[in-house]
Amino acid sequence: MTRIGRRRAEVWFRRLSWSRIGEAVIENLIRLCGISAVLFVFGIFLFVFREGAGFLFDGLDIEKFLFTTEWYPTSRSNVRYGVGALIVGTFSVTVLAMAIAVPFGLGAAIFVSEFCGKKLREALKIVIELLAAIPSVVWGFIGLSVMNPLIQKVFNVPIGLNVFNGAILLALMSVPIMVSIGEDALKAVPDAYREAALALGATRWQIVYRVLLPAGKNGLLAAVLLGVGRAVGETMAVLMATGHAVNIPRTIFDPVRTLTATIAAELGEAPVGSDHYQVLFIIGILLFSITFAVNLTADLVVKGIRKKQ
Amino acid sequence: MSSLGPSAATPSVAQTGNATPPAGITTRDLNLWYGAFQALQNVTLDIEHGIITSLIGPSGCGKTTLLRCFNRVNERYGYVTTTGEIKILGKNIYDEDVSLVELRKHVGMVFQQPNPLPISIYENVVFGMRIHNRRRELNRSATDQAVETALREVGLWDDVKDKLNMKATGLQLEQQQKLCIARLLPLKPEVILMDEPCSALDVEGTRAIEELMWMLRGRYTILIVTHNMAQARRASDTCIFMLLGEIIEHSRTEDLFIAPREARTAEYIEGRYG
Repeated sequence: MTRIGRRRAEVWFRRLSWSRIGEAVIENLIRLCGISAVLFVFGIFLFVFREGAGFLFDGLDIEKFLFTTEWYPTSRSNVRYGVGALIVGTFSVTVLAMAIAVPFGLGAAIFVSEFCGKKLREALKIVIELLAAIPSVVWGFIGLSVMNPLIQKVFNVPIGLNVFNGAILLALMSVPIMVSIGEDALKAVPDAYREAALALGATRWQIVYRVLLPAGKNGLLAAVLLGVGRAVGETMAVLMATGHAVNIPRTIFDPVRTLTATIAAELGEAPVGSDHYQVLFIIGILLFSITFAVNLTADLVVKGIRKKQ
Repeated sequence: MSSLGPSAATPSVAQTGNATPPAGITTRDLNLWYGAFQALQNVTLDIEHGIITSLIGPSGCGKTTLLRCFNRVNERYGYVTTTGEIKILGKNIYDEDVSLVELRKHVGMVFQQPNPLPISIYENVVFGMRIHNRRRELNRSATDQAVETALREVGLWDDVKDKLNMKATGLQLEQQQKLCIARLLPLKPEVILMDEPCSALDVEGTRAIEELMWMLRGRYTILIVTHNMAQARRASDTCIFMLLGEIIEHSRTEDLFIAPREARTAEYIEGRYG
């Protein structure tokens, strides 16, 4: 090897080691970013748990907490913390919202993915994403100022701020998630299946319900569950639109109050560290557990798809 | 361009005169464009009923495109324009009154990659019946019967009769491809189109599918696109050689391989290009 050649080789090796260090730094940085997400989630859970833990293990009657409907956190003489009505409120709004959103959301996902032309698809996707970008407080406004009088007039009920109002808003808010996840799920169904059915003489609708729905059912279920997660966790819109009355609804036109709205409305006024304050955090833990369970189910369901393919 | 001459008649099929077209598939001046690109040029063919016809030619010559014209599955992409006519059983399939659903019932297709649907074996076989009949017209015994007949015909019955409710995508590739053929049979098609049906299979699988084609021969008009010239040679009665969207030669398989009329055919089968 000539001298020049050797020198060049040395320079090369030096560069190599530098770039290796750079690589390692970047790799660790990226690893940190990834792990930080986990840290934050645990951190939040820990914080919420710590704030509520004292009263949760000492003083709170869990059975009464979950299954009674008396929510009088600021009563002077007889404080009662029963979130039964709030749980029912959350679930009634969520269930009704899903009853509206699932057909619309999945229908839209099927339309966008299977039936519409390319241009319309792009346009629709943009509009649907726009729908997802509307802040929830704006939805709350719509609930208060548009839906409220409308529901009063159309259904001839005294109050327009009720389960129905909140459910429609929640439905509109969770439809975008369902559409985009649902569309992905349908896209993931191999085109070979569509072609097979088409070549056997299936119509487009037959392809959808005989091939795509069975083949994409896990992804579609995940889409629905993520929509449910969104609806359970939503706060501002339901706070403004459901009437905020602790009440077990008998019809969809009764006002209710949800778990999330209770936290949002009362946390600012509860003295830090008081029983009331801690109970609100326990409601937070409850909500956290519900959304965690829903999301985990959705995740496992999606994993189920991947394993099979 | 050559039409099938009298010498190309196979012994098993009665040769009809030039005046009346044979009852298989006939095309007249078929042209097809993908957008501005012309993929088929003046394709005029007479394909006989009841025999196996292979389509060979280099990649991009339009074999698959031509095949996919016969059940009009090409048209799922919006940018396809077609002119000319294709007659199957004497009916022009590009006529206004032709229903694609009915057409595809009569013209079945087998794909390159076995594509059984992600449902049970049983449901795969009766899929065609389910989509072409109303629910109350199908009873369990009719579908059971159809499944057994179809699976026996493709030689799959003994392998799968105990696991008809198993998901079809879990079968071996060769079995999947047989199933894809089996699911055409309950619809009683006239024509079976095969788009490189063996390219995903190993030697044994290929042999099995070729044997199956010979079993089905006679009752169906079978068209097979293949990249494998040896396969065309051993597994077809007549052979069509295509180049750049045109039919170069269409004759009896032995003739085409032993004494091709066109220089371009000779060069292709010698492996000078392609």
